Amino acid sequence: MSIELTVNGQTVSVQAAGDTPLLDVLRNHLELKGSRYGCGLEQCGSCMVVIDGKAEYSCAKDVSTVAGRRVETVESLLDHPLHQAFLDEQAGQCAYCVSGIMMTAKALLDANKSPTRDQIVAALDSHLCRCGAHPRIIRAIERAANVLREGARS
Amino acid sequence: MSETLPLSIQNNRRMEKWLRFQADRTVKLAVGKVEIGQAVLIALTQIAAEELDIALDRFVTISGDTADAPDEGSTSSSQSIEMSGRSVRLITAEFRARVIDRLARRLNCSPSDISVEDGAFLLDDEPTGHDYWNFSGDEDFAADISGTAQPKDPSTYKIVGKPIPRQDLKAKISGAGFIHDIVRPDMLHARVLRQPSREATLASYDEAAIRRAARGEFQVVRVGNFVAFVGADETTVQRAAVAAPNHAVWKNVRQLTPAHQEAAWYATQPSDDRFVGDPVPETDAGEVVTATYSRPFVAHAAMAPSCGLAEWRDGHLQVWSHTQGVYPLRNSLAEILGLTREQIVVRHAHGAGCYGHNGADDAAVDAAVIAMQIPDRCIRVQWRREEEFAFEPVGTAHMTRLKAVLDASGNPIDWTCEVWAGSHVQRPIYGGNMLTHEALPNPPPAPKPNDPPEAAGGGGTRNGTPLYDFPKKRIVHHLSLTTPVRTSSLRGLGALPNVYALECFVDELAEKAGVDPVAWRLAHLSDPRARYLIENVAKRCNWADRGPGGNGKGMGIAWSRYKNRAAYAAVAVEIEVDQEIRVRKAWIAADAGLVINPDGAANQLEGGLIHAVSMTLKEQVKIDGAGIASLDWSTYPILKFSEIPEIFTEIVHAPNQPTLGMGECTFGPTAAAIGNAMKHALGVRIRDMPLTRERIAAALLGG
Repeated sequence: MSIELTVNGQTVSVQAAGDTPLLDVLRNHLELKGSRYGCGLEQCGSCMVVIDGKAEYSCAKDVSTVAGRRVETVESLLDHPLHQAFLDEQAGQCAYCVSGIMMTAKALLDANKSPTRDQIVAALDSHLCRCGAHPRIIRAIERAANVLREGARS
Repeated sequence: MSETLPLSIQNNRRMEKWLRFQADRTVKLAVGKVEIGQAVLIALTQIAAEELDIALDRFVTISGDTADAPDEGSTSSSQSIEMSGRSVRLITAEFRARVIDRLARRLNCSPSDISVEDGAFLLDDEPTGHDYWNFSGDEDFAADISGTAQPKDPSTYKIVGKPIPRQDLKAKISGAGFIHDIVRPDMLHARVLRQPSREATLASYDEAAIRRAARGEFQVVRVGNFVAFVGADETTVQRAAVAAPNHAVWKNVRQLTPAHQEAAWYATQPSDDRFVGDPVPETDAGEVVTATYSRPFVAHAAMAPSCGLAEWRDGHLQVWSHTQGVYPLRNSLAEILGLTREQIVVRHAHGAGCYGHNGADDAAVDAAVIAMQIPDRCIRVQWRREEEFAFEPVGTAHMTRLKAVLDASGNPIDWTCEVWAGSHVQRPIYGGNMLTHEALPNPPPAPKPNDPPEAAGGGGTRNGTPLYDFPKKRIVHHLSLTTPVRTSSLRGLGALPNVYALECFVDELAEKAGVDPVAWRLAHLSDPRARYLIENVAKRCNWADRGPGGNGKGMGIAWSRYKNRAAYAAVAVEIEVDQEIRVRKAWIAADAGLVINPDGAANQLEGGLIHAVSMTLKEQVKIDGAGIASLDWSTYPILKFSEIPEIFTEIVHAPNQPTLGMGECTFGPTAAAIGNAMKHALGVRIRDMPLTRERIAAALLGG
């Protein structure tokens, strides 16, 4: 079937069975490789995307459920302060978990430009990182929040 | 001379294996160690840029490629900077000296009159018109490396020692950068129906049922007991693989029980027994104290399930893998597939952090076996999450019994460390098997028990010998002849369980002697570098004010020198125990000699600490039925963001000391510091990891 959705601001139409995981559609039909396969079980967060402003797992989500909705992936963040903040903090080791984490951070910062450390940590509990880069990742999100707040003031 | 050369140079003597100057004024640095999240490539590039005096951004560093980079074995055991870094420094220093010597003869001056600025040669600070690109030639690149050039004085370093950002991160947060993201022309996706255990045979499978579940086009590749589903649509082959185990009937499947998941199981098994250390009779005079500690089987549990790509075209096999060693993988592939090594190229592509030998190599063999059946296409195998948990080699369970004979003052006069464990390393080059190979016709014999020799730091014996000034020390190592599931190298091998045992036992002896644990350690330790770190971390964590404990809040300390010869680390932790342990704060003091990139070093130290907190509090591979039964993140939980301690890190500045590998040095001390903090917090000692809610409750009831 043909399913229409908006991905990173562009309306796209994909030919796929309705129960195709959104992650497969992003990676294979649309060649957006930033959303990653980690478990397929909504446990690790490597596949996280933002759907209509909310961070959601894409690995076990039928693409039919996002028809007509707005999906954002890490590829949309290249000019977002989060991108530079993660580079500035060298916020990763292997970094396989990072693109999903950046999407949770994007949804968090869209809703709240002054999150407390506890709010950041609570949002990130839907993610796993195996390398132990957690402190840097938290610092990177705090840094991006600072940049966003300064941008809003100027 | 050659005996003192690093193995990396001994095995790759020609300069051109390592270094090439390219027409676009770039430098190609080729190394055998690979990026596994430890930021090794930027560190090696910094070393080369420093010695050659060429700007960092002119370097194109390639790594792990059997066609294009030197053979440096496996990227493991915290050897990347110690060995590859030392090699790159010697090689680039020699190249610089060679070229400058020749230029000095041409210009009739002394080599010391020539300086280098971003690759251009200056004579008395004036341009000469010569640079590496136009003055170095075939004679330089064809030369054998002697290793005799004198590298720069560390006090002159401008690039080494700086926190230069790594180059690979940008791609990895921009939508590419991993092996999983590679797209090749004519690529086909594949999934594997795994042989449930060695020697199991596939009696039958219901292909029609699998096709109904898959709802799409795919082909089945079967070679012996190896079955793969291959097609253009990844979603379809994934559905086939998910359905397949329910529609396959296997015979001769291994049967295990939860008894196999405990380290104590090894004590019931036949073993190859070895003896290390003082061959003197044990002292009988004195009080004997013993205690037994254990760590269970643990998973690498990489964030990304393994992936491999392979193409068989015109009699040549090209393979992409996130393996730790492209050359050993190539050699295994040649043996398994009956090809010559020259027919195969293995290229490293970045994967998730692996922390040892996981499914990476096996996935590459999967892809190669399929590619040989479907020529002229690129075959991409992606393991599923449950497949990674079930079939990657795991870190072996490990039990350590310590026995100290004490004099009248409570000082150890004789020390015995007795270890029961399976093989800590089962890479194919050490007698282990590739998973896929066991499913093929003519499978290899059962893997032989294996452990690294003492010269390589040992495996089960790693850090088993205390560095305290005890007069007599020995290890008795019972290497089990079998393991219930496949085991292989996982961060630190036996170091974590042995340091956990040693540094917890030391606290027990201090308590018995009525001495503060820090004071006890200092009283039995003469190594000044170790003493400095213990005093440093004790001061920073306010050890002196930690109080009597027993109120649910505790502080513990521990230290080790990884492999008894790599980096030193001391760790203190502050914990709170309610029903579970929460590590609130952690202090690290580390000495790794000359640090190439302090930001990368801190990342490794802290990552190792967090990994160890996770292992100590939560991790145990469950075994039942055909094999591993913990197949997802709910049955194999790891530390969450909300459970991460605040970490305070200090690295000793020791630029004149040789660089020491540090990727594993905080691992053991962190585990033991938690064990000691637990005793301080609630007065009970838990000797078996992980320190779960159930173990805490049992200890409190028993205590």
